[in-house]
Amino acid sequence: MKKKTEVLDQSAMNRALTRIAHEILEKNKGGEDIVIVGIKTRGVPLAERLQEKIKNIEDLEVPIGELDITLYRDDLEKAVEANEPELKDTKIHTDVTDKKVILVDDVLYTGRTVRAAMDAVMDIGRPSQIQLAVLVDRGHRELPIRADYVGKNIPTSDKEIIVVQLQEIDDLDQVSIYEK
Amino acid sequence: MKHFLSVNQFSVDEILSILETASNYKKGYFPIQKQIFAANLFYEPSTRTTMSFNVAQRKLGFDVLDFSVDTSSVQKGESLYDTVKTFEAIGANILIVRHQDDHWYEELHSKLSIPLINAGAGKAEHPTQCMLDLLTIYEEFETFKGINVAICGDIKHSRVAKSNADALKRLGANVYFSAVPGFEDETLPYPYLSMNDAVQTCDVVMLLRIQHERHMYATTNECYLTHYGLTDSREKLMKKHAIIMHPAPVNRNIEIASNLVESKKSRIFKQMTNGVYVRMAIMTQLLKEWGIINEVIIKECEPIVT
Repeated sequence: MKKKTEVLDQSAMNRALTRIAHEILEKNKGGEDIVIVGIKTRGVPLAERLQEKIKNIEDLEVPIGELDITLYRDDLEKAVEANEPELKDTKIHTDVTDKKVILVDDVLYTGRTVRAAMDAVMDIGRPSQIQLAVLVDRGHRELPIRADYVGKNIPTSDKEIIVVQLQEIDDLDQVSIYEK
Repeated sequence: MKHFLSVNQFSVDEILSILETASNYKKGYFPIQKQIFAANLFYEPSTRTTMSFNVAQRKLGFDVLDFSVDTSSVQKGESLYDTVKTFEAIGANILIVRHQDDHWYEELHSKLSIPLINAGAGKAEHPTQCMLDLLTIYEEFETFKGINVAICGDIKHSRVAKSNADALKRLGANVYFSAVPGFEDETLPYPYLSMNDAVQTCDVVMLLRIQHERHMYATTNECYLTHYGLTDSREKLMKKHAIIMHPAPVNRNIEIASNLVESKKSRIFKQMTNGVYVRMAIMTQLLKEWGIINEVIIKECEPIVT
């Protein structure tokens, strides 16, 4: 696997997340009734960062939760049939009924993980809306799923791999493209 | 019975079947049959589309009825409907119409007993252009699945952008737009890229013409090219296998640096060549569906050499 290009560095990532935080507040008229839910692994620190930014902008403490969705596969590969991502754990300690749930993930690819995440949220309540925020949208959707907030659109081929690294987990903030 | 009015009316399989027929015509075979009159009614100026239909019709052995707005009864106030009915009455077997109204065919097509082809409807749709673009991409990559296509320029005023984007998406490509600020179309569900990102990541860079006739403010040429156009330095960032497309007419040194029009990655003139074959395929397909022709004799024809 060889590295091709760095597409987002620390400051670009920070700017993208700041913009998304503003867009979330704008679209949700100030952010009342929202619940931010990060999808493990890297969606969780991203959700925390958005929560922090929203607090700074609007002085509003929004509830946060997390979903652990396991991919019974190398999560850099596309899903194949009978290889659907599955829910392992739900940590959402607030009632989502009539709330606007904002799912947060690092990379949007086929859409299958997000679908599993939506199922998980619907299992615990009836949110008034589910929205989706992703740091990177790399295209190649296999389901009719579209992000409401995108840090950066990165068209990719299926031979490419998008690697997201975050300070909290990887000790640096960076998004890069690798070639298989 | 179907007319050819919009790419949306055709299924993925039907689109692929037309592309396949067009590829076969390109190999040098085409059917010739009984006397067929084809009428070309162009209410808007056009070089490529009129001439391309003309060549396509002549290659198929049709008799071509050309019509000019300037010297016809349109000058006496004859409507499109009456003009079309006139051609039908005098024996035209297929009609090709371009008109400045976005919706010209909506009431017309149900009142005709011969096939009708949309060769451009205002700024709404230009489906034969879309088909030739598809053929050009298909020949290059032999698939549409997973191909990244960036449509760049004045998305808002373009009739190519929407129909191409929708068709490409249905065929499995990933479609992106890149537009000058203010020329986005928020009603279309495609993500936007900067021109720099588009050239670096996409397999097809499809440029649109800046439509001076629809813009009031002046875009100085150099300024547009450097900020939003395909410059030499941007072309160097493109992937090795990536191609440049443009529906033409090209504004050289505005949306694309002049020397790139004929460069190695450019398929601009190939698109025009493909236009002839794809129009042959569309016309024969319709005539067959309407029972006006059936596959009879196959005669060899010189392919266009590019």
